[in-house]
Amino acid sequence: MKSFSNRYMYIYSTVLVVVVAAILAIVSKVLSEPQNNNIRAEQMQMILQAANNKIDRAHAEQEYNKYITTELGVKANGEIVSRYTGGKLELGDVRPFFLNIKDECKKYKAGDADAVLPVFLYDKGDGEFIYVVPVRGIGLWDEIWGYVALKSDANTVENVVFDHAGETPGLGGNIKDDPSFPASFIGKTIFEGDDFVSVAVEKRAGKDEPHKVEALTGATLTSNGVSDMLKDGLEFYVPYFKSLKK
Amino acid sequence: MANNKKLITMPFSKENPIIVQVLGICSCLAVTVKLQPAVVMALSVTVVVMMSNLFISLLRNTIPPRIRIIVQLVVVALFVILVDQFLKAFAYDVSKQLSVYVGLIITNCIVMGRLEAFAMSNKPLPSLLDGLGNGLGYGIILVVVGFIRELFGFGTLWNMRVLPDSFYKAGYENNGLMVMPAMALILVGIIIWVHRNKNKDLIENE
Repeated sequence: MKSFSNRYMYIYSTVLVVVVAAILAIVSKVLSEPQNNNIRAEQMQMILQAANNKIDRAHAEQEYNKYITTELGVKANGEIVSRYTGGKLELGDVRPFFLNIKDECKKYKAGDADAVLPVFLYDKGDGEFIYVVPVRGIGLWDEIWGYVALKSDANTVENVVFDHAGETPGLGGNIKDDPSFPASFIGKTIFEGDDFVSVAVEKRAGKDEPHKVEALTGATLTSNGVSDMLKDGLEFYVPYFKSLKK
Repeated sequence: MANNKKLITMPFSKENPIIVQVLGICSCLAVTVKLQPAVVMALSVTVVVMMSNLFISLLRNTIPPRIRIIVQLVVVALFVILVDQFLKAFAYDVSKQLSVYVGLIITNCIVMGRLEAFAMSNKPLPSLLDGLGNGLGYGIILVVVGFIRELFGFGTLWNMRVLPDSFYKAGYENNGLMVMPAMALILVGIIIWVHRNKNKDLIENE
């Protein structure tokens, strides 16, 4: 076997690593635009889906600009701190669409009263709005997230859409893949009188319970995650929703 | 040329990475719940094995033996990240479905196994073909297992319902065990059993 000096080995590995790093850096730079476009289009598509608009990914941005007429940034006390409407930022300094939901949720959980989360107003065209809000939580393996759309009474669920980073395909993954799961939320209500109760995901929930939906088979922990996500996520918006009801 | 052809065909049967060499079992359990991720995983692994086999083979005379594993790992990692980035940019939905398992191709024993066993001591073209054969040999088992698991676990194929409603009305139920990773292992075991029955020369002498 050929023998190599230590010097050769050091130089060899250094050159190799630098070359590989350069290739990856270039590829990452080149591909970041289509990747970010994908992420943005997906987010817009999810928001539209939550409002019952089943548009495909390619047309999501166009459709989004048409129907989501207003984006609001609200604080946990219900105060509106930013407003983006008609393609212009009218209030505040960050477009609500670009708020980092993950970071803001973290801030809210840590008790920071300055956390701001977005509300998307879907214009139905008949003078009424659907209110779409993001929720984030933890499933069994990794993060889960989604959007909840409420009818103009800020109480009845219009529709929901969920997604996940790494739930088991076919089990917890069904929060996204099985259309009957999000569909079971339609028509549920999140308030009982004036009290916020959220929608719980439970086993043997029964179809007619106004605040409960049936858990997924074989995915108890993911189902619990969805339940907690909705409770924590919607709780943030309670003062804002109450201001709408008045 | 006959030899080159063998490099592609052998891994399908007598040198199959999963059912003969018993490599790559972990990902075989994880991504075969449904057919679609199984197919994409099979293609991704094939690309990674082919490309890293080719590059290691090109570099084989310059790689110092004492650091060869590290060099192999860097090359494998490079291609895995490239595949991951390209999926994210151009096949976004599929990349989300596979999530972490694309990254975990780095740890797939088949890739390192082929580099060590073949690419380090063979010319680029045979290495490329060896990678292709092994990737597809791995893939075919993934697809077979994914097919059976999705069909009996969900009554669907490629996310489309294939078992008619009348089955369910007559009392048929999806098999929950098929959805569990354990069932993939049992299925692979059954495939190995059938395969060895057909290829008696693979059975070890007692």
